[in-house]
Amino acid sequence: MRVGEAAVIDPRGLDELIRLLGDLGYETKGPVVRDGAIMPGAVRGVEDLPAGYQDEQAPGHYRLRRGEGDSLFAWAVGPGSWKAEMFSPTEELWRALVHGDDVSITEPESPVAPLAIIGARPCELAAMAVLDRVLADSAVPDPHYVARREGAFVVAAECGHPAATCFCTSMGTGPGVESGFDLALSELNDAGGHRFVLRVGTERGADVLARLSVAAATVDDLAARNQMVSRAAGAVHRQLANEGLPALLARNQEHPRWDEVAERCLACGNCTLVCPTCFCSDVRDTSDLSGEVRRGRVWASCFDLDHSYLHGGSVRTSVSSRYRQWLTHKLSTWWDQFGTSGCIGCGRCIAWCPVGIDITEEAAAIRETDGAVHAATARGVGPR
Amino acid sequence: MRLGHGPMTPVPHRVVGRREETKDVMTLSVAPLADRPMVFRPGQFNMLTAFGVGEVAISVSSAPGEAGPLRHCLRDVGPVTHALCRARVGDLIGVRGPFGTDWGIGDLDRSGGGDIVVVAGGIGLAPLRGAVEQLVREGTGRIFLIIGAREPAQVIFADDLRAWAEAGAEVAVTVDVAPAGWGGHVGVVTSLLGGSRFDPARADAMVCGPEIMMRLTARALIDRGVDPARIRVSLERNMQCGVGWCGHCQLGPLLLCRDGPILPYAGAVAHLLTERER
Repeated sequence: MRVGEAAVIDPRGLDELIRLLGDLGYETKGPVVRDGAIMPGAVRGVEDLPAGYQDEQAPGHYRLRRGEGDSLFAWAVGPGSWKAEMFSPTEELWRALVHGDDVSITEPESPVAPLAIIGARPCELAAMAVLDRVLADSAVPDPHYVARREGAFVVAAECGHPAATCFCTSMGTGPGVESGFDLALSELNDAGGHRFVLRVGTERGADVLARLSVAAATVDDLAARNQMVSRAAGAVHRQLANEGLPALLARNQEHPRWDEVAERCLACGNCTLVCPTCFCSDVRDTSDLSGEVRRGRVWASCFDLDHSYLHGGSVRTSVSSRYRQWLTHKLSTWWDQFGTSGCIGCGRCIAWCPVGIDITEEAAAIRETDGAVHAATARGVGPR
Repeated sequence: MRLGHGPMTPVPHRVVGRREETKDVMTLSVAPLADRPMVFRPGQFNMLTAFGVGEVAISVSSAPGEAGPLRHCLRDVGPVTHALCRARVGDLIGVRGPFGTDWGIGDLDRSGGGDIVVVAGGIGLAPLRGAVEQLVREGTGRIFLIIGAREPAQVIFADDLRAWAEAGAEVAVTVDVAPAGWGGHVGVVTSLLGGSRFDPARADAMVCGPEIMMRLTARALIDRGVDPARIRVSLERNMQCGVGWCGHCQLGPLLLCRDGPILPYAGAVAHLLTERER
């Protein structure tokens, strides 16, 4: 089977694929049920996948339910994205021992086993491509990210069951996927049986597939896959209007909507934690009585007051300015900085916002009253 | 000794000199233990580590090619700068860098003998020192320095100011608060701009200080006829990596560690400096 070709496998075939990847030395991870949500976790075979589970999502709402069927991918996305596997929430950068006249600095070893990701959604592949631009394609690449990302084997799972919070179709990131994977699954569970169309995206994917005995997908299988993707696309109702959006937001920094949304926003940072592209980090030192000093990196959020701290105080003290920073970075200045949108339309920030703030609704509200300015600015109060 | 090589790993340097500029501003001179001296351009910054305390972004204040060790001038404002300011000769600190953009003095067209206007507020002279030193040494064209400080005792690099004046630079100092016996100027830096005898049509300006001071200075320079594209400012935001990963140094479309800290005032910067809480 070559790149661009497709096989068809049944759940037992998927099980063999996962075990094969494990045998090849990969640490196999995929969606598992944990704490009432679909989360990335260790997956040794099909039995670890969330058979029969469906999710129900809305602004500020996520529920996982056990349905009737035995489908493995009948849900959209959970709060945990694959970001954490490439860009770790905590990372040791180095440790040092200062002894009198000398200092020895050691960096941690690279991770031992490469990662195989089973069932990454198309929007999550788009998120990985966004993070690649930030952390791998920068003038100084992040070696920690690159080490995990480059070695990772990606088995995508196209989306057949988008949630009400999803808006991938307006971002061009799903529900189908054509690149960015080694292998891509499309789950079919109909009169033709429970099976997966398995498309080959890379030579590496082809090499792995060559070790399994698989049948080529039939014309009917491929038609059923196309139908699944187009049905899913039709089920994505939420949309983000992208036309002219970066410039629209850039010229509406003093829009009254920022203050209005700040009345609801708790500045909790949940949106930044569940976002698969948010990349901010803090650099922190720790020391103890052993005399050893450790420097590490931890995820940070632009909703934290300390994020913009300069001697004397923080730049963005109001919640309004912090929400504005988050949304305008995501949808506007990300383009200036990295040549792409920072949003991939997964809807996590909508579902996991405790008060249900909806990024698409906020962007639309500003578009509706483009050019409005809040009262203080209009009166000439402020830094102007 | 084992040295790390990752971009976040500092290179150990030994403190070889310290000089108290004011009661809370210190110039630290450092030399690498093993590596060769750093190659940098004036205006760039380094990340300095006080082992066990943390790391801060500090501009280089020596000039390329200047005799002696690498110098950084910093104010004691937080735990890391406090630890660095207390470092003794012989102590070890970590240095990563250089990072960011520079004043671009190599790109200035000095063939027409245009004027250089340098406006610094307080410790804002620190990132400008290397540029001025280099320009004075090169000796092409006139240099006008306008230095503002809270009070006379807060003026940093006083010896340099004298040396630059002796070398032909025009140096003007103004203070906010004047003690008895101060015979100099009192007022904000912009109050000295009007009387400065530079030729605005042929001037390049370099400005560093608090944001409001840079904004008002840039406007005053433009009012005098200086081309906004020939005014450069040095911007500051929280910085934790220096290499574009950590996201803290965002100022609108800019990542200041990568796109800054030195930027032309014209265009995006002029606008960004007028917006609240950016």
